[in-house]
Amino acid sequence: MRIAVCIKRVPDSETRVKIAADGKTLDEAGVKFVLNPYDEFALEEALRRKEQGGSGGGEVVVFSLGPPAAQETIRTALALGADRGVLLQVDRIPPDGWPVAQALAAALRDGGYDLILFGKLAIDDSNHQVGPMVAELLGLPCVTAITHLDLADGRGTAEREVEGGIEVVEFPLPAVLTTDKGLNEPRYPALKGIMAAKKKPLDVKPTALAVGGLDVVALTAPPARNEGRIVGEGPAAVPELVRLLREEAKVL
Amino acid sequence: MSHVLAVLEQRDGALRKVSHEVVTGARRLADALGENVDALLLAGAAVPGMNELGRLGADKLTTLTNPAFRLYAPEGYARAIADRAKAGGYRAVVFAASATGKDLAPRVAARLERPLAQDVTDVAVEAGAVVAVRPVYAGKALLKVKFAGSPALLSLRPNVFTPVDRPKAGVVEVAAVDGAPGRVTVKQVKAAEAGALDVAEAAIVISGGRGLKEPANFKLLEELARAFGGGAAVGASRAVVDAGWRPHADQVGQTGKTVSPSLYVAVGISGAIQHLAGMRTAKVIVAINRDKDAPIFKVADYGIVGDLFEIVPKLTEEIEKLHA
Repeated sequence: MRIAVCIKRVPDSETRVKIAADGKTLDEAGVKFVLNPYDEFALEEALRRKEQGGSGGGEVVVFSLGPPAAQETIRTALALGADRGVLLQVDRIPPDGWPVAQALAAALRDGGYDLILFGKLAIDDSNHQVGPMVAELLGLPCVTAITHLDLADGRGTAEREVEGGIEVVEFPLPAVLTTDKGLNEPRYPALKGIMAAKKKPLDVKPTALAVGGLDVVALTAPPARNEGRIVGEGPAAVPELVRLLREEAKVL
Repeated sequence: MSHVLAVLEQRDGALRKVSHEVVTGARRLADALGENVDALLLAGAAVPGMNELGRLGADKLTTLTNPAFRLYAPEGYARAIADRAKAGGYRAVVFAASATGKDLAPRVAARLERPLAQDVTDVAVEAGAVVAVRPVYAGKALLKVKFAGSPALLSLRPNVFTPVDRPKAGVVEVAAVDGAPGRVTVKQVKAAEAGALDVAEAAIVISGGRGLKEPANFKLLEELARAFGGGAAVGASRAVVDAGWRPHADQVGQTGKTVSPSLYVAVGISGAIQHLAGMRTAKVIVAINRDKDAPIFKVADYGIVGDLFEIVPKLTEEIEKLHA
């Protein structure tokens, strides 16, 4: 199988958010960047499918749209076992998913991939859209946020969590899938992989983004929650808590 | 005509609660634009309850029926909604940021070649442009975006747009349409435990963490949820989901569900940043924890320090008294 995995360089989930002087973007000074955690499930699934195919079968190609520093993110994926990487290089990743989807679709269009995998969302902008947009642009079937996947004879069955249940979805290959937590347990890089990654091909393609239709007005800190209070200690405090919830918070 | 299109949801032939919220969000935009709200539902057959949505501000309510639309059909739905949106020349198309809405909205956006703002917590019109606010960086910041051109596509975070009465004509129409479901087909929806409410949609969420010590002790939280009557669900921290005590579907946090209930009760949860990401937009937060220095108390409106095994049963008893 030929599998493309689209990954994103994102600030680590423990990042303290400081807003840049322009009032519209993250101040990246001192921020640690990582491979988007949801993309780890996509990459792991691709690697397992390739490994199950046995020797000589298949290729896992990693695509990332991002700044020059996203080469590190691609190297991380290569260290985990991907065969080669492509960086669609831009100055800055826009917060609008639509031009990103267009650039990725153009890069993926003639690749002849059986599967194109994405994480279901990136933990920085939580756009939750690039995978299915790429699928539409390429005219491919798509299932999002999958937690289980079976493939056989050119067809797939996936499961995805919906409110109060699990949807069982069937689709033909080639297809675009986006992955959720629960699909698999991503592996950790081994020293051997890290060394091998340095020699794997990484193609850097300067990329011009289409003009999007979504402009950032402001990035702001969320409103501070009102100072909370400790109602008391132990079960004796419960009646007072219930009174406050009824009379002050009015939620009961 | 440049109205606002509200895309409703049904499951098993019943309108979903988020449909009411979508009408309310669409109404808010339509009022600011001086336009009407057209609501659209795709279903296998006519669905009861559509006529009640006029009260929340829908001017027109259209159900497109097709046997292929009984279950969610991603491609068939996307085509039908995109066709409708194109024909109607809408200023905005509003979805729910539910599991279905978050899947459907990007497909429709790509078909319309328009950008999309998902999981929106506020909408407005400023200088004639639709603006939306959405949490980013796991809720650690809010991004305000402005749409250039039409339509603006948005999905609304569940439980944020509380339905309010705003009576409009609510003219109901039902039309049978043709069209295949598409290549991606939902074979079945395996229901979770009967009657279980999803944490993302519950008005009250009682979540447990490692402080519960073992999986069986979650029954204390289930009893408390039951005491609230309907509308309460039991959630879990990542630690206990990773330990296999609770299913991933119940996980609240950055790698789980984002919830905005009116009341969130965190029991035996220390309040790691990734958990706070999933619940900080709750209207009221209560924390019950043994450690008075636990970070959860920093975001909680009300806290009780002490042994949850004594406090939770007492709370259940008090809530039962209220409902007696």
